[in-house]
Amino acid sequence: MTDASAVSQPTLPRTKSIDPRYLIAGLITLVLVVAQLRYHVVGGYERLAVALLTCTITEALLSWFVRGRVVNLQSAYISGISLTLLLKPQGATLWPFVLGGFLAIASKYVLQYRGNHLWNPTNFAISALLLAAPNRISVLSHQWGNDVATNLVIWIFGLVIAARVRVLHITLTYVVSFLLLNSLRATLLHQPILPEIAPITGPMYQLFVFFMITDPRTIVRERRWQVVVAVLVAVVETAIRFASDQGWPLPTAFNVGPAFLALAIVGPIAKAIDLTRSGATPRRAGSPATS
Amino acid sequence: MPAKPAPKHQGLRRLLIAVPFVGAIVAAIRMDSAPSRATTDVTHPGFALRDETAAAGIHFVHHRPTFDPKIANIEPHVAGLGASVSVADFDGDGWPDLYFTNSRFGEPNALYRNRGDGTFEDVAASAGLADLNRPGEGVSMGSVWGDFDNDGREDVLVYRYGYLALFKNVDGKHFQDVTEAAGLHRWVNSNGAIWLDYDRDGLLDLYVTAYFRDDVDLWHLSTTRIMHNSFEFATNGGKNLMFHNLGNGKFEDVTDKLGVGSTRWTLAAAAADLNEDGWPDLYLANDYGPEELYINDHGKRFTLQTPGLESESKSGMAVALGDVFNRGHLDVFVTNISEKGYLFQNNNLRVNELTDAGQRRFHNVADPVVADAGWAWGAQFGDLNNDGNNELFVVNGFISDDPKTNYWYSMSKIAGANARLFEDAKTWPAFGHASLSGFEPSRVYLNRGLSGWADVAKTVGVTDLADGRAVAFADLSNRGALDVIVANQNQPAILYRNRPDSTNHWIELSLTGTRSNRSAIGAEVVLETSGFKQRRVVDGGMGFASQNDRRLHFGLGHTEWVDRIVIHWPSGEQQILANPAVDRIHAVTEPKS
Repeated sequence: MTDASAVSQPTLPRTKSIDPRYLIAGLITLVLVVAQLRYHVVGGYERLAVALLTCTITEALLSWFVRGRVVNLQSAYISGISLTLLLKPQGATLWPFVLGGFLAIASKYVLQYRGNHLWNPTNFAISALLLAAPNRISVLSHQWGNDVATNLVIWIFGLVIAARVRVLHITLTYVVSFLLLNSLRATLLHQPILPEIAPITGPMYQLFVFFMITDPRTIVRERRWQVVVAVLVAVVETAIRFASDQGWPLPTAFNVGPAFLALAIVGPIAKAIDLTRSGATPRRAGSPATS
Repeated sequence: MPAKPAPKHQGLRRLLIAVPFVGAIVAAIRMDSAPSRATTDVTHPGFALRDETAAAGIHFVHHRPTFDPKIANIEPHVAGLGASVSVADFDGDGWPDLYFTNSRFGEPNALYRNRGDGTFEDVAASAGLADLNRPGEGVSMGSVWGDFDNDGREDVLVYRYGYLALFKNVDGKHFQDVTEAAGLHRWVNSNGAIWLDYDRDGLLDLYVTAYFRDDVDLWHLSTTRIMHNSFEFATNGGKNLMFHNLGNGKFEDVTDKLGVGSTRWTLAAAAADLNEDGWPDLYLANDYGPEELYINDHGKRFTLQTPGLESESKSGMAVALGDVFNRGHLDVFVTNISEKGYLFQNNNLRVNELTDAGQRRFHNVADPVVADAGWAWGAQFGDLNNDGNNELFVVNGFISDDPKTNYWYSMSKIAGANARLFEDAKTWPAFGHASLSGFEPSRVYLNRGLSGWADVAKTVGVTDLADGRAVAFADLSNRGALDVIVANQNQPAILYRNRPDSTNHWIELSLTGTRSNRSAIGAEVVLETSGFKQRRVVDGGMGFASQNDRRLHFGLGHTEWVDRIVIHWPSGEQQILANPAVDRIHAVTEPKS
């Protein structure tokens, strides 16, 4: 989900010894291994193989086609694993992993503004598939055992790595906003609060807060605006949930993945405004990635 | 080293990429709307099912239970089970009869005696099998029939959210409650039970599955922490129980001795000799957990094995056994939950390769057609068109209430929570009058062999949208056609009368054990004729809360002869019938020596 490769390079922070991209790739790998060994979440290794191959081959081909060289494939690796974890198709079909993998990577090359891509690749692919094919896919049918120990491991590693990558403030801002806004929503609707804030403890939100909303390539540049955007994502998500509470006839995608859709709506707008404000210009042809 | 110059016309190149990019989105939209339920290419499935419930005189309506007001917020969910149907010729007149259970205090169960003329009469009250839903005793969740005392008359065990109840068939008309004397007066919040002879001593033993813990009295709750501790790997359900039939009218709890006391919220069990070593094995469908296969070690102990079952945890609702590809082995179908957008657990169609030296495992071959049957419950295999291949009938739908209010959104919130939260029933969002996978059409899957399955429900006349729970097959008119009986939750039962293609042939076997149990439960029959070999088992309960006709039905297509039939009796005796006549029911008694 976190796009650690480069179509353009805003402010990707570095730690002293370890490239943050490796930390992020390591964390998603840890999540995959733990979830599979303990809960068999993959649902068939062919899904993992297809998603990884689609993402990496697409990245290699498109980067060569557009830039004349093959870029670092870590981003594609992360997208492939994320799609494997999140996508659950009807039956044993593999086409969602093929289309999802292609859409995730291709979105970086097609949906650009001032030389930057606007959507987190996995967020775009998941949102697009949920909107286009809700009868054939669902997201994260597994809950990883609803187990507090597993949750804690991923949260601890995730928070440590988010701090190392210097996006912890985004994660925390979103989590606090989610808790406050949905508590308020529950109160206004006279609903019990616990079920409304419960989803934040689930694995889908772990993937969301550690790999999607904090994507260094698609977040805005300034720290204070990053906080504002995180709040806005939570606000839009709460609005979607409110609409679902009221039974408004939303597309299934909004009921199923309100966080994904909120980020897919808010993220690109914020990024585009940020690029406009900063006066970013399209990267010169052939300028190499800086990370 | 200087950077390699980028290719020219990057904008144009990106534009070129946009073509397949848009194409991928269009492809996803097209895949979404493409018919996964292949209904259009099978216009002549070779049989028709007609709802003849009223004409048959069946007017049974299931009523769901009401529980302690402390869990009123999710009562529709907790009270969502209990509609069952089982088939047995209780009066020994050669016509299969039907027993439906009810689940509300004061509402009677129904025992429909088959008059043999296409109609039925409810004799439950006179038989003593009606008034079984009483405060302090519990409410019925289902029943299984078997001749536990080998007196030639089918007895019945009623499992409840409450005390088990065993009734001895006294004279083919009246039943006597022998629960206490049998040592079965146990409070078990059960949704399933099966008869089997696990030690092959000629006496039917009993395996009872448990759902809620046995210290839970749903009408007098001391705590609301009664729910599962995981949506996927829950282990805090009631403990399944195995009772050994001692032969003197008494049963002994041998659960721990045999190692079959799963606490995984088992909803259904089926028994058959799946590895074909001569001993009946146990296959469990567990709600909120993975399926479990207990391999029988010579009647001494069962060992839990996971040959090919470990890939995913789901919400098993029913187990049906049938020979899917006419290979002479019993394959396994387990129903699960699918809801578009929210959850695709997918049903499992597991091809049995346990006897294949190179495999020794099950292989899941469920394509999207059979994988997604909605919130699927009961299922059965049977040759509905008599063409020699097993069809698959799946009933579904959980709660049909207000069609405009969907609980799935609420479910998606609670399902992602930590277990400590949803283990407590009172923290669940209130159901109100919401539907949850309601109004789903049953699936009738036509078996097209290697060409896959096609849902022909509408074509053959199955159009009801009731909340199906149990489904059973029986040749109710002794005419070589499998009729379909469906028990619906909180709704009327349905009898679908089957009219298969009259040009196809069939053969049926009515087995009576001598050294084996008289009901011949557990007997496996392999029919061999030119072109195929098919295995069936006499079940002591199969599907979900259901039991089929004890007689075994084989369709033969246009084949007018059978080479031979091999009967594997539970005792270990093997009997061969050479060239039996087709288009008739054969009564076969086990050789005594």
